[in-house]
Amino acid sequence: MTVPALRLDDLSKTFPLGRSLFGGERMGVRAVHPVTLDVAKGETLGIVGESGCGKSTLARMLVGLLAPTTGTIEIEGEALDNADPAIFGKRIQYVFQDPISSLNPRKTIRQIMSAPLKLLHGMDKTARAARISEIFETVSLREDFLDRYPHEFSGGQAQRIGIARALAAEARILILDEPVSALDVSVQAQVLNLLADLKARLDLTYLFISHDLAVVEAVSDRIAVLYFGSVVELGRAEDIFASPRHPYTKLLADSAPVVGRPLTAPEGNDTDLPDPLNPPSGCAFRARCPYATELCADEVPRLTERGGRHVVACHHPLSD
Amino acid sequence: MSFLRLLARNQLALAGLVVMGVVVALALVTPLLPLAPPNVTDTGNRFVPPFSEGALLGTDHLGRDLLSRLMWGTRLSLAVGFAAALIAATIGAAIGIIAGYYGGRTDNVIMRGVDMLMAFPYILLALAIVAALGPGLINALIAVAAVNIPFFARNIRGITVGIAHKEYVDAARLSGMSDLRIILTEILPNVIPVIVIAMSTTVGWMILETAGLSFLGLGSQPPVADLGSMLGEARSALITNPHTSIVPGLMILVIVMAINLLGDGVRDALDPRLKSGALNRPLPATLVAKDREPAPQHQDVILTLDALQTQFHVKDRVYRAVGGVSLSVKPGECLGIIGESGSGKSVTALSVMGLVASPPGLITGGSVHYRGEDLVGAPYRKLRTLRGSEVAYIFQDPQATLHPLYRVGDQLIEAISSHRSIGRDEGRNKAVELLEAVRIPNAQARIDDYPHEMSGGMRQRVGIAMAMANDPEVIIADEPTTALDVTVQAQILSLLDDLRRERGLAIVFITHDFGVVGQLCDRVAVMYAGRIVEEGPTRAILDAPRHPYTARLMACVPELGGGRRRLEAIPGLPPPVNDLPPGCAFAPRCDRARPECRAGEIALEPEGDRALRCLYPVEQPEAAE
Repeated sequence: MTVPALRLDDLSKTFPLGRSLFGGERMGVRAVHPVTLDVAKGETLGIVGESGCGKSTLARMLVGLLAPTTGTIEIEGEALDNADPAIFGKRIQYVFQDPISSLNPRKTIRQIMSAPLKLLHGMDKTARAARISEIFETVSLREDFLDRYPHEFSGGQAQRIGIARALAAEARILILDEPVSALDVSVQAQVLNLLADLKARLDLTYLFISHDLAVVEAVSDRIAVLYFGSVVELGRAEDIFASPRHPYTKLLADSAPVVGRPLTAPEGNDTDLPDPLNPPSGCAFRARCPYATELCADEVPRLTERGGRHVVACHHPLSD
Repeated sequence: MSFLRLLARNQLALAGLVVMGVVVALALVTPLLPLAPPNVTDTGNRFVPPFSEGALLGTDHLGRDLLSRLMWGTRLSLAVGFAAALIAATIGAAIGIIAGYYGGRTDNVIMRGVDMLMAFPYILLALAIVAALGPGLINALIAVAAVNIPFFARNIRGITVGIAHKEYVDAARLSGMSDLRIILTEILPNVIPVIVIAMSTTVGWMILETAGLSFLGLGSQPPVADLGSMLGEARSALITNPHTSIVPGLMILVIVMAINLLGDGVRDALDPRLKSGALNRPLPATLVAKDREPAPQHQDVILTLDALQTQFHVKDRVYRAVGGVSLSVKPGECLGIIGESGSGKSVTALSVMGLVASPPGLITGGSVHYRGEDLVGAPYRKLRTLRGSEVAYIFQDPQATLHPLYRVGDQLIEAISSHRSIGRDEGRNKAVELLEAVRIPNAQARIDDYPHEMSGGMRQRVGIAMAMANDPEVIIADEPTTALDVTVQAQILSLLDDLRRERGLAIVFITHDFGVVGQLCDRVAVMYAGRIVEEGPTRAILDAPRHPYTARLMACVPELGGGRRRLEAIPGLPPPVNDLPPGCAFAPRCDRARPECRAGEIALEPEGDRALRCLYPVEQPEAAE
């Protein structure tokens, strides 16, 4: 078996709620429940979930911006167990959701682009200039942008600059955290196509996080569905929304607005996400689930294989 | 340059700048001026009155020339005040940045220390420092600086905490930057304007404090003069020879006034919030150009927009946000307006009730008829009664539209009572009814919630309930589901759909999502660069778009179930609305464009129940492919 580009083993994150007055540790909020995942070299793994499901926490752990509470991250077979972003930086990079706020307003694009080249790769000035023009060529940005400031760019251009910065570190794995959700649809397609081209040319591996099911489906090889900090379903992109096995995936797929589908809310109105301070027992989705039984309240469902490479964490998975 | 221009707009600040400039210039050249020596006593000429021969401002109790002492004293007071401000700002900012950047325990320890410093009355603290170090101007300077450090530390810490969580700081970390480098190159440049603002507003205060210590004899030591010690020495002769007190007193007044006026001006010019026009209070209704040509009245439809033009005039630029939009909506109908950001869809919606901020907004042409009455140019009183009661809005972000400090029930009741008087119990019942109508479970209990206690979906339901509060005829919804998760979006959309069917509401629904339009709207208008490029029944347009922009916009949106694929992106960007090309605004990005498209105005031609603004539309079979 080949070494996966990225392997997460039991990775979890609990945010402490501060100490009580007398120094005793209080309970924390579990943002990400232990996740075990492999991402193959050259693969795009999509991660979907609604706000608060832990997808950004997961992403920030992968690039070392947050230290995991438990578990390990392996990149190309090497364990990365320290939380030093500079060491992560050469292997795995991050593209932010809001392209403008990920660029320091008081620095020129050249200064922004130079930082990873200088600090991660120790390049001198001429080598940096050559590399920057090479990268700008790759993401089809004009070189006269280099001496401008971030506020002079549109969202799409700023996102290209963000991608260029991630490429400058020469990481082969990119974490794309909602990279197009702040962009207009016509620009969104430009950026998605650029990402696809880069991947083919530079042999990159992507972890693509989004709340937009259609976008994730259009770019991913496999998709993981996150609910309340846990992966509830993982399968091939073409299957997962077409024939969902987990009731939550089905709910997501049925909720997405699709031309021609009659307008009906697929679930009632009294549903809210479970309270992270007071997590439910058993399956976190059971309160919203039409198939829930007593078993669901007693026992947390584990991810189990259901045909092919499709895994589901559900006691009562749907059949085709 | 732009900073100076902003500063000069504030005339008081400009006056402060001029006065300060003169005082500082005089202080700088004092050693070069032919003044009498300031510290030579001449007891024979004690208390010479002002305007005497050889002593323009008179002499003090030791016969020293007051003009000379004033000049030298001002020089010293300014130097000490500025030095103290600089020291306090540097140390305070360093403390604040370190506390704010590292956070956690570091922050706690540092800030509690600063709190302790703040807990002493400042003059007591300054006295204690001077008492410990001994009197003297340098020690007074240290005391004044130390007393002011907490002010800077707290201010800068707050700003730093905000910046340290910005995405560009994360990005810098991923670029391999060390903490020190991040502080120096990422955080400090963004904090400096705040430091300058804080300094400009406190220098005057520090000059006063130094003068105070000198007045008490703890600052400058005789015979050296500063403004405070001059006042102190003149105290005993206050009644007999008032000019000895008045001269330094006036100088202190002038300096502090000038610095404070200047400081306020600097703050206004540097503060990004004020720069963006937060101080320009918009008018209650959008301005209307005098030469506007109103359109004739219309028939049975409830709301009609006719060749509506809204522009933004910023300095010498004119942004044609809405360039002649005609639309209408009937009771029970849902009209979708679809477009990208900057296409003018929101400004169109806001123009209806005169809600575009003026200045810089200006309605320059066309009409908005509500039940046959032109709302453009209608008196504010008229607009106010119609707003909410006849035409209501739902906005994108319910978090921002609900007041965080009032319970949602009270906000609902307020919405009702601004149109008709309503009793307490009746209002509450009505509010519960409204919350039930938007299907908030357990409305009786949730009416007493604050907005932050509700989820995003629930808040948007409250937003809809508020729009429904006065039984309006028309609801204008501006991207009401964009900030929501898909499962919640589906609930909100079906709620809106039910409401219009049950109550015959007319809905104008603004969005960028074809899926949403396809599910909810009867008709749709596609906007590009401030104009409608295509309009018609939703079904017909989505099945067979005729305008190349509509067709290509639809093609670049992935649709669920389409599988993995390459998207048909539209190259380029929409044109800026202050620099629209002649002819079709989409021509530069269109692969069907021919020279005629760029030549002149292209009309929106009706075609059955559709309308199209294109010379070379996409042919039906082609689109069906």
